[in-house]
Amino acid sequence: MIVEARGVGFVYPPARRVRPFRLADLTFGVAAGELLGVIGPNSAGKTTLIRLLSRVLEPSAGEILLEGRPLARLDRAEVARCVAVVPQGVPPQFPFTVEELVLMGRFPHAPGRYFESGADRATARAAMAATGVLELATLPLDTLSGGERQRAVIARALAQEPRLLVLDEPTAHLDLRYQAETAALLRRLNRERHVSILLVSHDLNLAAEVCDRLLLLAGGRPVRLGAPEEVLEAEVLEAVYGCEVHVDKNAASRRPVVQVVWPDAGGR
Amino acid sequence: MSPGARLVAVLGVLALVLLLVGAAALFVGSAALSPGAVLAALTGRTGARSIESVVTLSIRLPRIAVAALAGGALAVAGVAFQALTRNPLAEPSVLGVSGGAAFGVVIGQSVGLGFGVLGAAGLTAFAFAGAVVAAGAVYLVAGAGRLSVQTLLLAGVIVGLFFASAITVVISFVDVNRLGGVIHWLLGNLATIPPASLGLFALTAAAGLALVLPHARELNLLALGEEAAQQLGVDAERLKLQIFAGAALLTASVVAFAGPIGFVGLIVPHALRLLLGPDNRLLVPAAFVGGGIFLLAADTVARSIVAPAELSVGVITSFCGAPFFVWLLRTRYRALL
Repeated sequence: MIVEARGVGFVYPPARRVRPFRLADLTFGVAAGELLGVIGPNSAGKTTLIRLLSRVLEPSAGEILLEGRPLARLDRAEVARCVAVVPQGVPPQFPFTVEELVLMGRFPHAPGRYFESGADRATARAAMAATGVLELATLPLDTLSGGERQRAVIARALAQEPRLLVLDEPTAHLDLRYQAETAALLRRLNRERHVSILLVSHDLNLAAEVCDRLLLLAGGRPVRLGAPEEVLEAEVLEAVYGCEVHVDKNAASRRPVVQVVWPDAGGR
Repeated sequence: MSPGARLVAVLGVLALVLLLVGAAALFVGSAALSPGAVLAALTGRTGARSIESVVTLSIRLPRIAVAALAGGALAVAGVAFQALTRNPLAEPSVLGVSGGAAFGVVIGQSVGLGFGVLGAAGLTAFAFAGAVVAAGAVYLVAGAGRLSVQTLLLAGVIVGLFFASAITVVISFVDVNRLGGVIHWLLGNLATIPPASLGLFALTAAAGLALVLPHARELNLLALGEEAAQQLGVDAERLKLQIFAGAALLTASVVAFAGPIGFVGLIVPHALRLLLGPDNRLLVPAAFVGGGIFLLAADTVARSIVAPAELSVGVITSFCGAPFFVWLLRTRYRALL
């Protein structure tokens, strides 16, 4: 197992005007080379799970193991050499170039170094080539399209040379073409670079297409863990999301396809 | 070009410009010395007590050193506050931190500090305390946590105004003679200071720089957001504390020795960003030299434009900085507001 959560729980410290949120009884693992999808409605605990896996937050119950070692005993750089997180976006205040961004992924490998070494630059170039942004290397991030920026951020994560790549809603702001590209990219990286992937997504159909297994969360608790067709069952999803759905099969891939049954749609 | 070579080239060019501006500044001043007389004093061909020698070596040279140091310290403080708050418009005077440091100095002076090296050290300590209190107040007013660009600037303005009023209150309670030249100083005024105090100033500024410069690479990562920086291996809590201490110390040292000179921390980092890009590993050292160039040039203008009288250098930096701030706001950072 690359990462293993054993009975993990977390409670945000009480704050005024914020509804209390707790995560509980989370037990799962990501095997070497596996592609695990984490799905669930808003406030299911998906973002909290990413923060726990990357040690931004510490669990209040249970423990997380990274390649068999307790996460709580690793320092930040050690964690970053094993787990790379692809966030939803890049803040726009300081427009770094693609290459500068990707080189930041080399930080955990030598935090004391002022400038990156030649080897760091080679690793960064390979990461940019893997996601197809090498020819954009010298461009500032704010001149890129949404899809290009996404691939630059994925290249930065690859430059960390992680065992586990964690993606937070990678297709959230992308149109159909970039969604398809991202899905293909993730599968290729998983196959060619043998990196395990934990994909957090709202998009049930993307997760079903890309992932080996799915973990369905709701209200901070795991609901189901298994192959896409075991997890994406109409009754389960209707109970969790509170709306009527129809589950079909993709004719080509034989993976489940989830459709919302729009209220009153038949009445027109 | 490798980044190391680029840094060396940038620093080399800036150092050359600093040297040229510094040399030019030696020949400018209210005492009418011919260039030949200045050169004679520099090469030691005049008596140690001659007017040429005193004006050149004991008045103009130390003042040039103060200007270069103060400008460098303020520019680095600007880069540090911008990285720390992830706000490209942050700067010691805009954030109200200079105002807090100035209040500390006025309090220090009103309790009798201000003479000799010990007095100067005491004033620096008061300025540092004031800077920390002001920055803490900005943090509280803006609401801890995720600070938007506007909220932070507004909080800085409010805190700055508060401390400006507090200074006025102290001044009106205390015998004005005890606060020698306070009005001039409040506008930001580079005066010649004695060698021992100049040494102390250089030491505090160097300490501030030493807290910021080694972390320039981590500051780049902090620009991605605190959580992203942590996920890349940065100890963000410790980093923020160190950068904050460094920026406050740099600001405090300048305010204690030269007064709250505004906008240097905005103009210099942004001018350099246009040339070098956002990489803090180039920006921090370049800002230290570039800030020196800018303030030295501004001071030379300030003491020659209305000669034989003198303007406060803060007037010049504000006349440059205020329009520059508006220009930045309306063009480059429109999307952030």
